[in-house]
Amino acid sequence: MPDILQIKNVSKKYSNHIALNDVSINVAEKAVFGLLGPNGAGKTSLIRIINQITGPDSGEIFFKGEKLNPKHVERIGYLPEERGLYKKMSVGDQVLYLAQLKGLPKYEAKKRLTYWFEKFEMQSWWKKKIEELSKGMQQKVQFIVTVIHEPELLILDEPFSGFDPINAQLIKNEILELRKKGATVIFSTHNMGSVEELCDNIALINKSEKILDGSVKEIRKIHRTNTYNITFKGNLLGFTNALWTGAEILDKNTEDDIHSVTLKLLGGVTSSQLLQAILPICEIHSFNELIPSMNDIFIMKVNQGNEVAGTKSNYTE
Amino acid sequence: MKKIRLIIAREVKSKLANKTFIIMSILAPILINGFLGIMIKMSQSEKTEQNVLVIDDSKLFRDKLVGNDFVSLSYSNAKLEDAVASFTKKNYTCVLWISPNLIEGGAGATKLFYKKSPGLAFQTFIKDQMERIVYENKLKANNIDPAIISNSKQNIKVIMERVDEKGNTEEQSDIRLFGFVMGALMFIFILLYGMMVFRSVMEEKTSRIVEVIVSSVRPFELMLGKIVGVAIVGTIQFLIMGLLTFLLSALLSTIFLKDAKTQLDSFNAQQELVKKNGTNINLDQLEKFDDKLKLFDMLTKIQQINFVEVFVCFILYFIFGYLFYSSIMAAIGSAVDSEADSQQFITPVMIPLMVGYFIAIKTIMDPDSSAVFWGSLIPFTSPIVMMSRITNGVPFWELLLSLSILFVSFIFMTWMAGKIYRTGILMYGKKTSWREIGKWLFYK
Repeated sequence: MPDILQIKNVSKKYSNHIALNDVSINVAEKAVFGLLGPNGAGKTSLIRIINQITGPDSGEIFFKGEKLNPKHVERIGYLPEERGLYKKMSVGDQVLYLAQLKGLPKYEAKKRLTYWFEKFEMQSWWKKKIEELSKGMQQKVQFIVTVIHEPELLILDEPFSGFDPINAQLIKNEILELRKKGATVIFSTHNMGSVEELCDNIALINKSEKILDGSVKEIRKIHRTNTYNITFKGNLLGFTNALWTGAEILDKNTEDDIHSVTLKLLGGVTSSQLLQAILPICEIHSFNELIPSMNDIFIMKVNQGNEVAGTKSNYTE
Repeated sequence: MKKIRLIIAREVKSKLANKTFIIMSILAPILINGFLGIMIKMSQSEKTEQNVLVIDDSKLFRDKLVGNDFVSLSYSNAKLEDAVASFTKKNYTCVLWISPNLIEGGAGATKLFYKKSPGLAFQTFIKDQMERIVYENKLKANNIDPAIISNSKQNIKVIMERVDEKGNTEEQSDIRLFGFVMGALMFIFILLYGMMVFRSVMEEKTSRIVEVIVSSVRPFELMLGKIVGVAIVGTIQFLIMGLLTFLLSALLSTIFLKDAKTQLDSFNAQQELVKKNGTNINLDQLEKFDDKLKLFDMLTKIQQINFVEVFVCFILYFIFGYLFYSSIMAAIGSAVDSEADSQQFITPVMIPLMVGYFIAIKTIMDPDSSAVFWGSLIPFTSPIVMMSRITNGVPFWELLLSLSILFVSFIFMTWMAGKIYRTGILMYGKKTSWREIGKWLFYK
């Protein structure tokens, strides 16, 4: 899959701190890309540069192989972390206005708006002012504003914050549907659960530097720790003896006569060898590899970074 | 370009739909004209019929006090007590009593009894006549002919003529006050629409819509669209107010000033006659306009104003002055994210405007001082000061220089404001300082 976005050695400095330091990221087309990192890492700075709201001090960005330029804004949709609409303007006028700013002709914008209003069952909102809507309703309007011009690249900054679980699910489904239709989605989030659920690839930014990137599957595979959980019925002592020096038991507990053991394989022992060793001794109920969650990897990586790092950035995202 | 048009259209639409805006545009001319109308009305004699019974115990005024179209006087030898007692039954509107020792002076020497309060003009009408009669009486008592006194009085009118570099002279109308009013209007307009830009920018920033918009258009385009949008709103409002004021004042002047205009014409004709014939004229044949001279003076001055010049200059100075100041307002509007912080930034912008206003006041007294000269060149004050000078005759080169400086300054200011605005609109949660704003100028 070709890359829709290539970010090459981008740096951005503000008067008293560095927001981005030589960051290079490639975003594959027609996939969901997660931009992760703790608060103040530089995610929003990077997103603003991609949206051409600010410019980088150095480095280059290519959109579908072309150097990023003002024409591209019409092909990008952006949902900022801090949502905002004109409070006194009616929903219909507002979305039409913002869609036209993205280059849609008025009649086309009207047609699409009607489609979205029907889809989200909000036809009656057309003439309402934004300030009359609940927060969740405003978020839906904002989402429509982001996608109405059918962008090839969709950038969502913390898309699920402020949504109740039902609406969050609705938006999640929309994101997946848009991807199916061929859009690329970049979203930044702290919600690691949604990363595993939605993202194909990720990049992790900490202290203005990229510290990790790749496909979610790959990353989790790389960070495998050879840890397994086994539940079985049988003699625990016999089980322990059978392991001998091939594995180290990290945790064990027993409920009724079922034992649950978490262990780590040592020195090149494979899971098959482990199974062969214990199969004669006990009756196995389950055997799972404990692959670290993105959450674990995130915390581990950021902590590693913080141990090495110097002063803490005070830039508010 | 198409996007700027969209931004302008939205800005204009949202402002025009605002109720305060509509009310302001209509109410202001009505108030101003109403106020003027009341002033004129008060200066004119009332048209209420007055039927006055005069009880003159001093015996000085019998048949000397005269009435006019609305005032009729009748004299009586009755006693004051009787007259007052029967006052309510009779159809007199007033009873005027003059005490026997009026000539010696003292308070309470004259009393006016009434049923319905007579107007100020009627009171003045009676009082002026009485004063004149007493005055002439006293002169006569000292063997002085009142005609000598009145002939030795002379009204002097100084005609101002400006001599330009080529030695041409031009009669100057002394209408500085009008210029000052123009300057003050400019001050109000620039401030009003500058604040409108400021608020509009701040509103977009605090509602956070701005980040969505600048992901579609360049911040500079947004700022420019906003400024131009408010300028259009301002022009529309100016035209509504101007037209309404014009119509209302035309209406007012046909009601109140119709007589004054014909009178002014015959006054001018009479003056021509006096100029031509010198003193060989029978003064008694002349109409007396003494009480109208002030009004005539005002009307003459207004007729002397070159309204086209004033209008063109006003529009030009308003457009460039507004653009200059609204750029500053947009820049500082982008720097604050709450109403509470805005004061510390608005005050420094207000100061040069206020200075301009004070120089405009100085123009009334001392139109050729160097403060006025420099004030009308420096772009921070020139729109206000130049407008206040305009009716005194400003050399063309000065006008051109002042406008050019203002034009270049507005371009420069807009460029600088664009740089500040771009960074400012995305800065939240930090209290901004002037130093900080200075740094934004150099961000990429």
